[in-house]
Amino acid sequence: MTREILLEVDHLKVDFASRAGLVQAISDVSLTVHKGETLGLVGESGSGKSVSAQAVAGLISSPGTITGGDIRWRGQSLLGRKGERYARSVRGKNIAMIFQDPMTSLNPLMTIGNQLGEGMRYHLGYSHAQARKRAEELLGAVGLSAPARRLDQYPHELSGGMRQRVMIAMAISCEPELLIADEPTTALDVTIQAQILELLASLQQQLGLAIILITHDLGVVAGLCARVAVMYAGRIVETGDVDTIFETPGHPYTQGLLRSTPSLEGTDETLLSIEGMPPSLINPPPGCAFLPRCPIGTDHCRKAPPMQDWNGSVVRCWKAGTNAWLPGVMLEPAAGL
Amino acid sequence: MGSFIVRRLWHGLLVVFGVSLTVFVVTRLFGDPVSLMLPLSASAEQRLAFAQQIGLDQPLFVQFLRFLGDLATFDFGQSLWQRRPAIEVVFERLPMTLMLIGAGLGTAIVLSIPLGMIAALRPGGLVDRIIVSTGLLGLSMPQFWVGLLLIMVFAVQLRLLPTSGMGTPMHLILPAVTLALTPLARLTMLVRSSMIDELNQQYVRTVKAKGLPFSHILRVHTLRNILISFLTLTGWELISTLAGYTVVVETVFAWPGLGLTAVQAIQRGDLFLMQAIVFVIALLIVLINIVLDIIFKMIDPRIDLN
Repeated sequence: MTREILLEVDHLKVDFASRAGLVQAISDVSLTVHKGETLGLVGESGSGKSVSAQAVAGLISSPGTITGGDIRWRGQSLLGRKGERYARSVRGKNIAMIFQDPMTSLNPLMTIGNQLGEGMRYHLGYSHAQARKRAEELLGAVGLSAPARRLDQYPHELSGGMRQRVMIAMAISCEPELLIADEPTTALDVTIQAQILELLASLQQQLGLAIILITHDLGVVAGLCARVAVMYAGRIVETGDVDTIFETPGHPYTQGLLRSTPSLEGTDETLLSIEGMPPSLINPPPGCAFLPRCPIGTDHCRKAPPMQDWNGSVVRCWKAGTNAWLPGVMLEPAAGL
Repeated sequence: MGSFIVRRLWHGLLVVFGVSLTVFVVTRLFGDPVSLMLPLSASAEQRLAFAQQIGLDQPLFVQFLRFLGDLATFDFGQSLWQRRPAIEVVFERLPMTLMLIGAGLGTAIVLSIPLGMIAALRPGGLVDRIIVSTGLLGLSMPQFWVGLLLIMVFAVQLRLLPTSGMGTPMHLILPAVTLALTPLARLTMLVRSSMIDELNQQYVRTVKAKGLPFSHILRVHTLRNILISFLTLTGWELISTLAGYTVVVETVFAWPGLGLTAVQAIQRGDLFLMQAIVFVIALLIVLINIVLDIIFKMIDPRIDLN
């Protein structure tokens, strides 16, 4: 891999103060995003995928704090006093973000045109007229009909899918190099979901955009991403090429996740799930966080496993590659189970 | 928009008609204007003559039509106390009250926005707690008492400001401060709580992700979005000031405005002057509401014209 590195997240740690105690929302997240690539970030609710993304976008605010690690954009830190200033010139311009719920992510009292234009006016120094003209082009580019008319409309006049298109237009308005998409299709109708994902894929082709796609939908990851990072209880437990991980998942959790994804081909399959719940992130036990739910966990797993190479991926497990859900059988794709 | 304004004006007119009807019923049917306005010593002939003079000998229906006609021409009859048209007295005193309200409520409006915003920046922080507890104190002190307290300290003890009356700008300070206190406390609390709400809205996160500075978020987004609730309360404060607070404050400070005049008119049994005051204040309240509705419509496109 010789492509330029855009973003490095280095052993990032984010804590949230709560009444019940300190919630270690993410305790060790490292990611690298290269120019033009799509990285999928998967995991169940509360696994820390959104918090990781928000940390990159600079959206962690009280009661949350970044308590360790580093975030670097093109090799330069975005944290600390000096980093903050650098971050202000990067965020919104080089790094853009879209969110899960397009219904509430737009200001209800401001026209689409003004909301689209404000970023360009601030980052690119556009005049009102320039921003308006460019906004119209962008709305056309994300596939909205009658873009000129949309400029003076308010969010409540658009449907959810249209609003998400506006969000995407807004995100690409300053020609960013990285787009963070935090569950961009979760709140949309299924038919609209596919359209939005297609739009993201085609924009990526046209603009050479790198995308961090946060989702709990493995199907979306398979369709859109080249690399994937699986998160569990605030940590990345497995990362590597999508094809490799889907063929030979190394971590018991990844295996369980793939196993519990229903497929269309299967006819007599029953839905499988992973028993149990993720651990509380207040005072988590020191060892492997998946241990209480892991079918092959042993006392040895009470010692925190390191990230280690296995079959082309990096896996946080002492027993990487063991088929956890069918002991003794060598690994096969999930459909074969 | 045009038809909206016309419709609102029509509604306003209906309200004014309702107010007139109420005033008419209360004064002509529940009370006896003659015994109210003439001294106890008046003879039967004098009473009869007076009743004829103000048209009380006519059938009720004719009286009401006449009453409406008088209202339409702003003819409320002669003020017995001042011995000149009642409406003249109202228009002479109204500017004094408006000046007092302008100074008092104006101060409250201007101060409440920054105070509420500062408190909202760090909810639960030291500054927030100071502002909230001072606000509660302001809300719990009755105006007549605050007024007397201010007179005692600044006029009697320190001799910095005049105790009462009007004339110089110095005369305006104490009554305006007294009048400002309650609305200031209430408006500050409102700005604070709606600002906290607004800053937690998801769209604010979107603007942050765009990399725009916090000052931009406050100025362009949240401040504008809390404007509707702010103006609603401001309108309400304006109305309660016009129809209530000024009566108390003007009495305490002997400020010769409409509120004090209303008290005097009641004390002297000056029915026609009271009618004129009630009618003009009702008219103003209706107007304030219409203006607010139009402003709301301009701020929030989601408000339905109907």
